[in-house]
Amino acid sequence: MNSRPVWLGKPKPIAVALKALALVLICAVVIFPFLVVISTSLATKQQIDANGGYVIWPTEISFEAYKQIFNGTQVSRSIMISVGVTVVGTVFSLACTVLAAYGLSRRQSLFQRGLLSFVLFTLLFAPGMIPVYLMVKQLGMLNTYWSLIIPTAVSAFNIVIVRGFIQAIPHELFDAARMDGAGEWRILRSVVLPNSKAVVAVVGLFIAVGYWNNYFGPLLYLNDTEMWPLQLVMRTFVLENNVTTNAQAIPGYVAPPAQSVQMALVAIATLPILCVYPFLTKHMSKGMLTGAIKG
Amino acid sequence: MAVNQTLPRVNPPPENKLPAQRKMPFLSRLWRDSPLLVMVAPAVIILLLFTYIPLLGSVIAFMDYVPFLGFTGSEWVGWSNFSSLFSDSAFWNALWNTAQITFLQIVLFFPVPIVLAVLLNTVAMPLAKRFVQSVIYLPHFLSWVIIVALFQQILGGNGVLNRFLITHGMTPLEIMSNPDTFKLLLTTQAIWKDAGWGTIIFLAAIAAINPGLYEAATIDGAGAWQRFWHVTLPGMRPIIVLMLILRLGDALTVGFEQILLQRDAVGPGAAEVLDTFTYFNGVVDGSWGTATAAGLFKGVVSLLLVLAANKLAHRLGEEGVYRR
Repeated sequence: MNSRPVWLGKPKPIAVALKALALVLICAVVIFPFLVVISTSLATKQQIDANGGYVIWPTEISFEAYKQIFNGTQVSRSIMISVGVTVVGTVFSLACTVLAAYGLSRRQSLFQRGLLSFVLFTLLFAPGMIPVYLMVKQLGMLNTYWSLIIPTAVSAFNIVIVRGFIQAIPHELFDAARMDGAGEWRILRSVVLPNSKAVVAVVGLFIAVGYWNNYFGPLLYLNDTEMWPLQLVMRTFVLENNVTTNAQAIPGYVAPPAQSVQMALVAIATLPILCVYPFLTKHMSKGMLTGAIKG
Repeated sequence: MAVNQTLPRVNPPPENKLPAQRKMPFLSRLWRDSPLLVMVAPAVIILLLFTYIPLLGSVIAFMDYVPFLGFTGSEWVGWSNFSSLFSDSAFWNALWNTAQITFLQIVLFFPVPIVLAVLLNTVAMPLAKRFVQSVIYLPHFLSWVIIVALFQQILGGNGVLNRFLITHGMTPLEIMSNPDTFKLLLTTQAIWKDAGWGTIIFLAAIAAINPGLYEAATIDGAGAWQRFWHVTLPGMRPIIVLMLILRLGDALTVGFEQILLQRDAVGPGAAEVLDTFTYFNGVVDGSWGTATAAGLFKGVVSLLLVLAANKLAHRLGEEGVYRR
């Protein structure tokens, strides 16, 4: 298990101990808030009240908060909306990205250079918030879920990464497919996609995380609170509640019974990220880094 | 290792078919490549609609834009949006806040991933290293709403820290709603969220250093500190300079969602930055012209900053983002 080369000699025990301590502290700083959130969301009202608003380790586990969330209130609707926008958005965005990446991968194809520059140029300049908002408005997309999906669907960075991988597929595969009479769509399906699963998975997960976490998009484009996704509802439930009660919070504050509901909400919003995270880390060094270096 | 496998293929050797294809008539090339053009079309249309046309749409910075009248009906007003912007003290306040936050982040945030990467690199046990990496990358994938909620829970008026202080008879600290320390709070949150993720690029830079250099240095009697100073740091220098340039180019972009979420708690005096100024002026108050002018100002200054930082990097003998 030890990859330390022999010529380095034995490390000093104090240095090793200090390093280990530093790493444990760093990990604790990251993990501790999650522990508090999950414990508080699972704790009983008595324990939360006794502790004054939070619980580090629940003595008794209660799923009341989660039941309340999935009770058909605005919260459960917002979770459905977030899932829908994330799924549709990811499929749409990934399709645009992979199609464009393959379409731009052949150096000698018609208009390839011009179109590639057209895409890459967007890495240099970002249009301001207002003109994009007015464009969305002009297209009649305000107050529709398309406003959350389409404007951010295409990123030149993602296209560059996927394109780099497609170009790394051995040429012989393309030649063989073409020899067998396959057209471009057939090549995309039978050669490109099976050979770039890893990068498509990683880029897709990044896109999905982006849609799931999107908070400003719905704030900007959706007026109707009925349409709000999870992140916006979470802001109203968790943050605004907290901010307004902050002033009188300090002397002899009695915790709101909503505390565990709020933390359950945060836990639910984190859950999908935690689910895809192992896949992300597995492919991360393999997928993103090579792509970024090549890009 | 994946890098080594794939890199040689990045520039495929020029195929000998190329000259023949040059001679192909335009129409048959169009026929041959039309499926590829169809594939690129959705992305091109979306970029056209939501990047290029809005870029052109920035001309409303020179208009008294009235949504009802549209682009064609609104009146041209020359530079008057800019002069009203530059005489607005709220704009200068936003610009000053932005500059302060950027300064704090470059001084306090920027070195953290470098130090973390060096520390992680010295961990000899692969399993421990992987575990720590997995833990510290995670916060990068959480939304700002969650991050602010977590900070509220720990540092807020009713959070873990203050309950601890109260039960131990100390005065509670007002951290989440104190305008004076708000910028430090922002920087702390940014470090918690992204410092771990930021190590990836520096770890890659360290991994690319020739291990023979370390071996030679050790044999010449260099200790751990000297190896760091004379081998690791010089090996990371180009990446550090590159990341610094990119950060300078983004100097006017400082965590828009993060600040928007917490602006009400401390008030605009401490929390208004250029992006929130644009949002509240344009979308909330409807001063489209002035808000777009602020956005355009930000875009142009950012571009100039990248060019200037790159020039500086070349002066210092580094490669920077692009050559020449």
